[in-house]
Amino acid sequence: MTRVALRARALRLLEMVTTPLLPSDYLDLVDPLRAGADLRGRIEAVHPETADAATVVIKPGRGWKGHVAGQYVRVGVDVDGVRLWRAYSVTSPANRADGRITITVKAVPGGKVSNHLVRRAEPGAVIQLDQATGDFVLPATRPAKVLYLTAGSGITPAMGMMRDADLADVVVLHSAPTGADVIFRDDLHDLAADGAIRLIERHTDTDGVLDIARLDEHVPDWAERETWACGPVGMLDAAEEHWARHGLADRLHTERFRPVVLATGDGGAVTFTTTGRTVEADGSTPLLDVGERAGVLMPSGCRMGICFGCVTPLRAGSVQDLRTGEITTAEPGVLIQTCVSAAAGACEIER
Amino acid sequence: MTAIDPTAHLSDEQVEQLGRELDALRDEVISSRGERDAAYIRKVISVQRKLEMSSRGVLLFSLFPPAWLVGTAGLSVAKILENMEIGHNVLHGQWDWMRDPKVHSTSWEWDHVSPAAQWKHSHNELHHTYTNVIGKDNDLGYGIMRVDEDQRWHPFHLGQPLWNFINACFFEYGVAAYDLELGKNLRKSRRKDPEFRARAREVGKKIRKQVLKDYVLHPLLSGPSFLTTLAATFTANLVRNLWSHSVIMCGHFPEGVQTFERRSIVGETRGQWYLRQMLGSANISGSKLLHVMTGNLSHQIEHHLFPDLPSNRYGEIAPKVREVFDRYGLEYVTGSLPKQLFSAWRKVFRLSLPNREVRTPDRAPERVAA
Repeated sequence: MTRVALRARALRLLEMVTTPLLPSDYLDLVDPLRAGADLRGRIEAVHPETADAATVVIKPGRGWKGHVAGQYVRVGVDVDGVRLWRAYSVTSPANRADGRITITVKAVPGGKVSNHLVRRAEPGAVIQLDQATGDFVLPATRPAKVLYLTAGSGITPAMGMMRDADLADVVVLHSAPTGADVIFRDDLHDLAADGAIRLIERHTDTDGVLDIARLDEHVPDWAERETWACGPVGMLDAAEEHWARHGLADRLHTERFRPVVLATGDGGAVTFTTTGRTVEADGSTPLLDVGERAGVLMPSGCRMGICFGCVTPLRAGSVQDLRTGEITTAEPGVLIQTCVSAAAGACEIER
Repeated sequence: MTAIDPTAHLSDEQVEQLGRELDALRDEVISSRGERDAAYIRKVISVQRKLEMSSRGVLLFSLFPPAWLVGTAGLSVAKILENMEIGHNVLHGQWDWMRDPKVHSTSWEWDHVSPAAQWKHSHNELHHTYTNVIGKDNDLGYGIMRVDEDQRWHPFHLGQPLWNFINACFFEYGVAAYDLELGKNLRKSRRKDPEFRARAREVGKKIRKQVLKDYVLHPLLSGPSFLTTLAATFTANLVRNLWSHSVIMCGHFPEGVQTFERRSIVGETRGQWYLRQMLGSANISGSKLLHVMTGNLSHQIEHHLFPDLPSNRYGEIAPKVREVFDRYGLEYVTGSLPKQLFSAWRKVFRLSLPNREVRTPDRAPERVAA
């Protein structure tokens, strides 16, 4: 018998001993970062970068497969007891000797996870991780000339790339409200002093917002450069338009993090993803009724929000709790009670 | 039968006002759920798992009487915690708000022969929705007992003190049979129903897994202590069964708890629903340890009002709930465990006989046409 088959058999036997739990449920109590466990990480330190941004040093679990500079990682953080998932760019180089990774987070107004990580996260806390992903990365054949066009926290994936690879000709055009708001300001100035990059730092409070149409004034050879852009939606939209207008769309790489803005109103189109059916629903009819009327096989129970017999994954969009008016927006792992939830804009539920 | 309605003094508007007050109390807890609560359930889960692991570890040497005693006691407590404070409450969705897939009503399976999915249906949907409605809530005597004067007497009920004791000893099997609605489904016409057969297979599978673990694998691991470990796990299961059966009897059977007619719940409003839960449940008073060991079902009234609130909050809101009872002139049925247990058993004995034509009840009869 092969080793793999032996292992599988031993595991099955162990499962019979621990049923209804799994052996991992017990092992997690001892070592949540061990090989074979769900991927997690332990926060080891939180270093402030600016008044509202911080770098979080994470020791990833043994299952971490590494990242490519510029990629992002999804982290699941328990905020006020609720597990919330967000994506952040990895800002550490891929070959860091101690195996730690860092993410750099800017606290956004009202942002539950970002404010928690910047202001309240404590070393020792265990968070959930996903493998790094994303194609906002340098190609294997390094481009001769590079432009990083960034604003605000958009500097984070660019910094990951700058720390990872020494390129001959790099221009960084970065915008932030003031000098004090520039994340990694010292690092950027050091890189510029060493001649590793040419840094153009703009402070929008005094200089105004960058007009992409006048990019030549700052970076005359922008068209010859492979460009990676990350920043607010407005900047990215303008950049895409500018590059496209010059027929250079394939030389521009953009990264967007902002969640899709939701039309949360009364009712909307409800799509049942498993059944593949879409129906219009008003804002006061429970999704359970909507589904049943549409002939979708809906699990149901008490029909009054008590028994949780009807919980269903919300895949996209938002729903409103008919009892409290509370809006729940789709995120991985979010389940809703269809018997007391109505559509708040277009939404997709897995049935 | 003379029916004295303990809610007769309340106007419809008062009942709805009561409903709004309880809704507000519920919202208050929901908006303050947070890290403290999450830390509580994770702590209980961690303690339970460590206790179970170490108790089973000690039982490997159960040939030595002190090891047997310590291991059996530890395993009994671990099994009680697992079923009551953790399993029952997780399966109610009390912790779903944490969005932790490992502590979630849709993914949890418990150390019990009734599969979680079937128990959730019969308990959460039927019992919690139709609490104490005669003919709708099978928890009223589990189909083997008569626990209310309005349930028709049958000579079979003469033996109900014995049936109840046997059910207590093998309670988890009783629950599994009950979740399968065996009594109804074993009738010839229903036996072949494919849906029933599928569910019965699920139960069979779960029983096999549980028995294999408790009565074969762990004893085998104990080597020379095979028989003593077998006896230990049997004892732990027995203790857990007797304990949970006792706690559950105290929730709805003591004197003073009301039952309801089937037609009384037609068109029931939110306020009336709350009222039925208030009058149809009874609490057990005691220490913090008692509350944890009962899975906070000692706060049965609070649990029935708000089945999906985190269990650690029931004790905290109990004074406010009691204040509502007092203000609306309703009886909050509570008492110590021995008192409530005695009261429930006395009822089981009393109702094993047919109703007496003229009886002098020691308290108001428990029937409401709400």
